[in-house]
Amino acid sequence: MNTPHKTKGIADRDIELLVGRLLRSGVITASCIVLIGGIYLLLQNGSSAMPSYHHFGGENASYTTFQGILSSAWHLNAKGIVQLGIVVLIATPVLRIALSLFGFALEKDWLYVIITTIVLAVMLLSTIGGLKI
Amino acid sequence: MTILTFTLILLAGAYLAGLVGSLTGLGGGVVVIPLLTLVFHVDIRYAIGAALLASIANSSGAASAYVKEGITNIRLGMFLEIATTVGAVVGAMLAVYTPTNTIAILFGCILLFSAAMTLRKKNQVALTDGSRTAAFLKLNGNYPTQAGVVEYKLKNVGAGFSIMTVAGILSGLLGIGSGALKVLAMDSTMHIPFKVSTTTSNFMIGVTAAASAVVYLQRGYMDPAIAFPVVLGVLGGAFTGARLLKKIDPKVLRYIFCAAIVFVAAEMMYNGIQHKF
Repeated sequence: MNTPHKTKGIADRDIELLVGRLLRSGVITASCIVLIGGIYLLLQNGSSAMPSYHHFGGENASYTTFQGILSSAWHLNAKGIVQLGIVVLIATPVLRIALSLFGFALEKDWLYVIITTIVLAVMLLSTIGGLKI
Repeated sequence: MTILTFTLILLAGAYLAGLVGSLTGLGGGVVVIPLLTLVFHVDIRYAIGAALLASIANSSGAASAYVKEGITNIRLGMFLEIATTVGAVVGAMLAVYTPTNTIAILFGCILLFSAAMTLRKKNQVALTDGSRTAAFLKLNGNYPTQAGVVEYKLKNVGAGFSIMTVAGILSGLLGIGSGALKVLAMDSTMHIPFKVSTTTSNFMIGVTAAASAVVYLQRGYMDPAIAFPVVLGVLGGAFTGARLLKKIDPKVLRYIFCAAIVFVAAEMMYNGIQHKF
């Protein structure tokens, strides 16, 4: 790619390969956790009646806060495990931005270090504002 | 109906959604919402939560391959993500104050727009003289084709950025990736070759969706029992779709899909107007 730093150290192409690998491993890890939790959920409750999703009730704190999800997954609660997989899935794009920031810093592309920091800040603000840690 | 039956039907439906979504380039989210609300009569808020997860899974899965091939413009994606993430957070906040019927009607409009976008003429020519803003932001790039590496430049950065903000707001509000709007911003407005636009749009969708997903997770829109078959089904369907893409004529598929989507859009809007959500 068109980088002036091709000869010394990291280039755009390296960042691209790293980002690609991160995205793939994130999705695979997340789906494995979700699959394990899901099968467990079906083994436990598969034969009970389907809850009514027609009326919106919302999930309780065990599945909506980071601590709640971690602790219910730790106690091998099936829904908690599924929710943990979902947290990994949501975290993958955020990690991708963090990794790009690192790459742009190594490339000494300060303009893109700033741009990436802005995006990361928005994501983290939404995460902290969203998850009641 | 038992949970097992519901899960298996939803898994099959989500697989189909991922398959069709990846073949037409509309992603899984657009198909998941009507599937859950119109077929299973699930509250639209649970459907939005599930659709966001489907968008992230679909985007991250497909983007890993496109990034490797070097088609995606990661600088352009990163720059425009400022607009889409801010928009997505705003959209997710607005969703609390928006009645579900309005969301359904708005979603129907977006479906119609997306259908029209898939039929439109695509921009295939690489621009040779771009704007100064594009050069300053290092947004110009190149991508591999069968004829060799093609260099392209772009213009109308400000207009593209504005459309991206709207795409972000709608994505946060409706739980979809807003791929059609993202492509419109890059392909028609910024004059980027279509293949670069679609892959960069796909790359960005995961980030936009993740920006609002946390807000929805905290509000309890994400039910593990719905999310689990949806995520796995859409992902499986998307992988199959990526393989099938080489064998199927996408033109025929696009016409069939457009007809189907117009029908679904009409039904969503009708139900929205009749206050059935």
